[in-house]
Amino acid sequence: MDTVSVITGIGVPLKRSNVDTDQIIPAEFLKRVTKTGFEDALFYRWREDPEFVLNVEPFTHGTVLVAGMDFGTGSSREHAVWALRDFGFNAVIAPRFADIFRGNSGKQGLLTAVVPESIVEAIWAEIDANPGVSVTVDLVNRSVSCGDVHSPFEIDDYTRWRLMEGLDDIGLTLRHEADIDAFETHRESWLPKTLPAR
Amino acid sequence: MNAAASGTNLPRTLAQKVWDAHRVVTGENGEPDLIYIDLHLVHEVTSPQAFDGLRVAGRPVRRPDLTIATEDHNTPTLNITEKIVDPTSRIQIETLRSNAKEFGIRLHSLGDVEQGIVHVVGPQLGLTMPGITVVCGDSHTSTHGAFGAMAFGIGTSEVEHVLATQTLPLKPFKTMAITVNGHLRDGVSAKDIILAVIAKISTGGGQGYVLEYRGSAIRELSMEGRMTICNMSIEAGARAGMVAPDETTFEYLKGRSHAPQGADWDAAVEYWKTLPTDKGAVFDAEVVIDGDALEPFVTWGTNPGQGVALSESVPNPADIPDLNDRAAAERALEYMDLAPGTPMKSIPVDQVFMGSCTNSRIEDLRAFASVIKGKKLANGVKLMVVPGSARVRLEAEAEGIDKIVEDFGGEWRFAGCSMCLGMNPDQLQPGERCASTSNRNFEGRQGAGGRTHLVSPLVAAATAIRGTLSSPWDVE
Repeated sequence: MDTVSVITGIGVPLKRSNVDTDQIIPAEFLKRVTKTGFEDALFYRWREDPEFVLNVEPFTHGTVLVAGMDFGTGSSREHAVWALRDFGFNAVIAPRFADIFRGNSGKQGLLTAVVPESIVEAIWAEIDANPGVSVTVDLVNRSVSCGDVHSPFEIDDYTRWRLMEGLDDIGLTLRHEADIDAFETHRESWLPKTLPAR
Repeated sequence: MNAAASGTNLPRTLAQKVWDAHRVVTGENGEPDLIYIDLHLVHEVTSPQAFDGLRVAGRPVRRPDLTIATEDHNTPTLNITEKIVDPTSRIQIETLRSNAKEFGIRLHSLGDVEQGIVHVVGPQLGLTMPGITVVCGDSHTSTHGAFGAMAFGIGTSEVEHVLATQTLPLKPFKTMAITVNGHLRDGVSAKDIILAVIAKISTGGGQGYVLEYRGSAIRELSMEGRMTICNMSIEAGARAGMVAPDETTFEYLKGRSHAPQGADWDAAVEYWKTLPTDKGAVFDAEVVIDGDALEPFVTWGTNPGQGVALSESVPNPADIPDLNDRAAAERALEYMDLAPGTPMKSIPVDQVFMGSCTNSRIEDLRAFASVIKGKKLANGVKLMVVPGSARVRLEAEAEGIDKIVEDFGGEWRFAGCSMCLGMNPDQLQPGERCASTSNRNFEGRQGAGGRTHLVSPLVAAATAIRGTLSSPWDVE
């Protein structure tokens, strides 16, 4: 995974709350067996509307999505993160994220920054006043800025460290392989086993 | 389990006990705990990229004997012996078959008696047990919490992680008690409880929490009812929902093919009885619901928190104080083509969908059949009944439920996720309105432009008879 430190790019205002992962990428695109090439599927239904923000210049070149409350709810599909990444987004700012979506983002180097609702609204106002204005998400200093708006954002230390180092979770876990081996020797014999099939 | 290893006498919640018993490594300096996973369920949609990752890294599946796969999201519910028409669906299913073979994973394919929705298959085989950890690349994995398991959905990167290590690095969840007091009236069911809970705490209210459902109305539910409730915990933003195991749980499990037997059964039950939340344990949050007052429920909007009792009317967004919620309601009503003040019961539907991992188990089908038996489907309404698994289908057929559905005028289909998300050909047409026993009323979820009202099996049945959203209380 690439390392993440400071992300700066065109901010895209998505003025909606409860954006579920079915909207981010509809189920019909989940049939693919690859991990890339989902850019056209991103917000597929909403993009049928020519006035939808991602169809409007300069937002077609956006890299920082600024969304309303409860972004990424619903299905666990990691395809939602792949689609955002494939489109060009490197960060999403919102007042609250769904847990699974946020976890998935952390695995794919998509930075999710939690800021108060008032900050999201202030960034939207900056973008409205100056479409194409840059938004910066600084992981090193845990801060978000856009025009006159400056705010710290929340992210846990561990995710921040992993993103900054570009570390692979499986590799990190396998440092504890001996602990996993030891744990397995104490598991009860009656715990479920799928094999042999009964 | 390593229950003794937790070394604490402080009162603990059910969720804390299960967590403590699965902690392989305690995270220090802000690192997450490493949690052991007892059961990993796999399906065709969220696994191909995970298996690819293993291949690239040259890693095996650590515990094929704790892993099981089934085909459900893409599978057709008609003509299942023929080649799947949609080539992308077919390739995805063929990919699962080749991955299962390559990595030595047990797979129940279309046509197999154990094939079905992954969250119906685990419990039906007796693999889902109290006190275990269960994951699957599917957000409705929360279903399995009905047994007192810690069960939650994961993304594809985490699927790869569990395949490779049988563990997940996780930060502890907060705990929320949802107490449903009193007793449900006839015609009110588990689905109405969870829709009312989500309407109360909102789609983000459970974010960061494990929900523990408690109280007399929960105790009185069957395992199927408890699964319905835990299933939709994710719709309240919670990754997991749980119900403490009791005699109802043990009775459901006993004798199932993978349940412990003989002395193992006794040892397991003895352990399971230690799992319920201790007296004096503290939850991070508590919500209380009056079960006596609950009525049949229905959603009017495009997220599962936008619901009301069926006796009520479509709300007026102008009455909603929070500006964001108001904007969301306005947008939802536009999508749903509903006017404020319209009585819910006056809304006509085009389709009724009876199925999904929320409501497709034998008891759900029995409840549905009990209402429609001897009656006729309303003119102009289509009905599709999709059992949760091939085994549920056979069980229902042995009871004559297929005949009841067909005599009524409905379609009796093969098992799968079907119109819950329309990855197979079962989809709403643009503008069609559906009363659905599934879990998500998101825009376009059941087909582009489709409009979904989430309901219980009893409400779905009453609606199929009357052609407008209806309560079982409206039917003889």
